[in-house]
Amino acid sequence: MKKLLLTLAVIALYVLHQDFWFWRVAHPLVFGFVPIGLFYQACFSIAAALLMWLLVKFAWPSHLESEIEKGHAREDAA
Amino acid sequence: MIPAIVVFLYLATVLYIGIFAFRRAKSKHEAEDYFLASRSLGPFVFLFSLFGTNMTAFAILGSSGHAFTNGIVTYGLMASSSGLVIPLTIFFIGTRVWALGKKHGFITPVQMFRDRWECGHIGTVIFVVQAVLLVPYIIIGIMGGGTTLSAISGGTVPYWFGGAIVAMVVMGYVFFGGMRGTAWVNTFQTTLFLLFGAIALIVIGVGMGGFQTAVQAMQSTPALAPLLTRERISPLYFFSYTFIPLSAIAFPHILIFCLTARKMSQFKKTVIFYPLCIMAIWLPCVFLGVMANRVADVPQIRAKQEARRVLATQGRTLPPEARDELRDQSAGDDVILLLLQRYAPLWLAGLLGAGIMAAVMASDSQILALSTMFTEDVFAYYGHKQRFGEAVQVLTGRVFIVIITLFAYIVALRAPETIFELAIQYAFSGFAALSPLLVAALFWKGSTKWGALAVTVWTAAAVVAVAIFQHVIPAPAPGPATVIWSLGGAEVLSRTPGGTAVFGFMPVVPMVIVSVLLMIVISLSTRKPGQVTLSKYF
Repeated sequence: MKKLLLTLAVIALYVLHQDFWFWRVAHPLVFGFVPIGLFYQACFSIAAALLMWLLVKFAWPSHLESEIEKGHAREDAA
Repeated sequence: MIPAIVVFLYLATVLYIGIFAFRRAKSKHEAEDYFLASRSLGPFVFLFSLFGTNMTAFAILGSSGHAFTNGIVTYGLMASSSGLVIPLTIFFIGTRVWALGKKHGFITPVQMFRDRWECGHIGTVIFVVQAVLLVPYIIIGIMGGGTTLSAISGGTVPYWFGGAIVAMVVMGYVFFGGMRGTAWVNTFQTTLFLLFGAIALIVIGVGMGGFQTAVQAMQSTPALAPLLTRERISPLYFFSYTFIPLSAIAFPHILIFCLTARKMSQFKKTVIFYPLCIMAIWLPCVFLGVMANRVADVPQIRAKQEARRVLATQGRTLPPEARDELRDQSAGDDVILLLLQRYAPLWLAGLLGAGIMAAVMASDSQILALSTMFTEDVFAYYGHKQRFGEAVQVLTGRVFIVIITLFAYIVALRAPETIFELAIQYAFSGFAALSPLLVAALFWKGSTKWGALAVTVWTAAAVVAVAIFQHVIPAPAPGPATVIWSLGGAEVLSRTPGGTAVFGFMPVVPMVIVSVLLMIVISLSTRKPGQVTLSKYF
């Protein structure tokens, strides 16, 4: 279930990158000078960092590292 | 001259860092220590050096130049899409490559491919294609160094001398410091250009009297208002660009960097902070590139705008050579330098110039990667390591660094820069088309060496075909593309002002899709590697 939700989140964010709804407009100007299209994409970058945090927290492939540690332990024992 | 002196101090510092790294070198496993810093990089150096390796001159100079011409679309096109795709590929592919490197001692991607698909010469073919696609980066790095040093010194330092200094410094710290020196220098450089964006934004913003007035004035000028939206780029082109960041993980220097982490947990910070680091550099540079259009008292910027206007209004009636000349004149790669010269005090312009040099000099990792690949995938693979020993292998790597840097410098002096800018444009698509090799090797038991060969040959052929097409058919003036081949009313192949379109997409989209199909079809019809090999990977 966790993996499915994370996969959906990745796909959703990829789709949200194609923000055609702000394509031909500059307004509103956020903080009085940042066009909305640029502000949206900056927020997208922050959302991407949050998604990466979720992936690291809930889907980290820790088995890869533990396999190596086991391998080292076997070598040391031998 | 003060900015140039600050830049020279900066160059001396990075050279010292490389030599200091040389003194820290361990001798137990000489090759692994020189080429991979003994797989010992900590989390901070790993994050900053991996990120810095991927940020070339384009991050500062190219991003602001592209935004100067195309507007705010540059950020979504190149930065935010990279901020999603690159950390995802590091998360899924980088960590697995690291684990396999640690387990089986791989130093280059080709070593892994040879082992995974039980092949020899096919690995050599992959090496050749990777190397050919990588060389233009090294050349353009030296060209960028020469141009920037010459611009910062106001022409006192000639282009040939600036290029020579940059080539010598990069060669020096890569030669002595190997991967450890390169990683430390990259960390220092990344810190510099992360600071660069914020400082440049504040200094130029204050100098312009705030951005609010400038943005409002742009909105009321019909020629400039579209730069605050994305209407100059089609949604299909925008979508196509999300395929380009697939190239990052397929670049040999990035994959080799993935092998340098001490622990796999060091990838965590890199994956999380990568989108934020990209934002910290690209957002100010893109915004300043757009704002440069409002600077009326810098003659060079006005000349660029005039060339752009002539191209847009009379371009269709002009011969292709005249259009190319106008395109060169309107290019905005130096607008950030011009803004700094106009608004920053001299001492600060020097520091910010050093930040730009840091980005321009990102060719260090490519030089080291080429040397690593040559010594491991050719020298060692064909038996010379066994014959002459590890010390000779490292010496060969160092000699290779000298030869490739000299070669790049000589070419940089003789060839026009635009050729290599184009080559880089093709190289991004090429490496993106090679990315299915990694996905297949790591996630699909059924993939075979013949599938890998088909992907590699297709990539090389497609890159050459696009290059020839763009050389033979001149770029049209801004506006509708020139349709070369249409089928049933659909535009199959077109020449656009910026390149090529296939069904309205950039060539990278069909290149990646065909690569994936070739890997699947050819692998399904050829013999898989043996069970012993597969058990090492799955």
